[in-house]
Amino acid sequence: MIDYAIKHPDKWGNALLEHLEILFITMVISIIVAVLLTIVVLTSEWVSRVFIYVFSILYSIPSLALFTIMIPVTGLGTTTAIIVLILYNQYILLRHVIAGLNHVDQPIIEAATGLGMSRLQILIQIRTPLAIQTLFTGLRLASVSTIGMATIAAFINAGGLGTILYDGLRTMNIDKILWGSILSAGLALATNALFIQLEKRIYIGTGR
Amino acid sequence: MNPSNKRNGNMGPPAIEFHHVCKTYSKFDEYAVNDVNLSIEEGEFITILGSSGSGKTTLLKMVNRLYEPSQGNIQVFGEDIAAIDPVMLRRKIGYVIQQVGLFPHMTIAKNIATVPRLLKWDKEKTEQRVSELLHLVGLDPRTYEHRYPSQLSGGQQQRIGLARALATNPAIMLLDEPFGALDAITRLHLQDELLKIHGGSNKTFLFVTHDINEAFKLGTRVIIMNQGKVCQFDTPKEIVKHPADEFVASLIQSSREQERFWEDLE
Repeated sequence: MIDYAIKHPDKWGNALLEHLEILFITMVISIIVAVLLTIVVLTSEWVSRVFIYVFSILYSIPSLALFTIMIPVTGLGTTTAIIVLILYNQYILLRHVIAGLNHVDQPIIEAATGLGMSRLQILIQIRTPLAIQTLFTGLRLASVSTIGMATIAAFINAGGLGTILYDGLRTMNIDKILWGSILSAGLALATNALFIQLEKRIYIGTGR
Repeated sequence: MNPSNKRNGNMGPPAIEFHHVCKTYSKFDEYAVNDVNLSIEEGEFITILGSSGSGKTTLLKMVNRLYEPSQGNIQVFGEDIAAIDPVMLRRKIGYVIQQVGLFPHMTIAKNIATVPRLLKWDKEKTEQRVSELLHLVGLDPRTYEHRYPSQLSGGQQQRIGLARALATNPAIMLLDEPFGALDAITRLHLQDELLKIHGGSNKTFLFVTHDINEAFKLGTRVIIMNQGKVCQFDTPKEIVKHPADEFVASLIQSSREQERFWEDLE
């Protein structure tokens, strides 16, 4: 098992890099899209409910099915995988954004309004900083879920750690199966731990 | 505050005027505030006394347009507030609430500087004002400036709430049961300090409370409200001497009975 890791560092190293690349691109675009959607969602309670509903339906479609459905539209490969992953992330991100922005204590909002802050000022100066922890939780969950689902994306030729797993399964190569699992699980766990550390730092920053 | 007002006593327009003000919340048919007509002069300390549901908070919140009257109009220094942008109006009126509502992610200094920041004061002027205000509310700037709200006691938090509302020296202060959640001793201290702050200014205070002792101690005149209507609006002395109706009489009676209870204990 160790042999495999030593003999083929390029193979698993490349797969890991590809996986990280998918993760990075997906998260960057997901955040941009989520910010834009948030602006739309904040215009009315009704719009926010519709968006959450639509994305919750999308989110409930199994990833392999959604990857496959997208093939006729955007073809095989990384692009399709990233599009699907971004769609999934919107549900996680939007839910956390809305929850975070809306769960600021009412007296804080009343005081801010009473002192003469506009709605936009309250959003930027009060709601967003107070929601930052919830926003980070959303980012963490989205990243971890992206790492998991990107593994499945190997089935549509997206590359990444899923390729090792897929090869291993096809050729019944235990080493590949094990390393594929260890690397993808390890990446998810490490990302999760990193975000938890960041969340803690931010909490201390508010003086609580 | 216009200077002619100071010179001629009460010659200027009243600080706050209510003309036939009514308020209904769409869900209820009853009036929360029912045909209120009042004129409050500049420099007065007005307390609004009433039980919960009497409409006292609703009346207060219509002055800075957190609520809009269903009928009637309100004038501030002769100007109909319906014609003023609510955000601009609020920046000129101090506002203090029972739950304080300090911003937990900002230091005390930054909390107090909220309105100066909105008005884009320069840094030096703001810092100087913050330190002045901390002195005014009896807290040492060097000790408290950099702390966060959660590191302060309830009484200290409300002192900051007061300082934040006073930051730009507003001519009118609205206070919604500001000491309602504090213990008896802290409450007495803050009442005395609030009187001192008012005494040294020409500000108009509108102070909502359900505590008759607090209302009569602080108010130069007291508005007594019941079921959305103003029962009486007069000086504490006149109210005690000539209660306008049965409700006011029973209110005074209940306070007297409490006094007797204390005397019996001694």
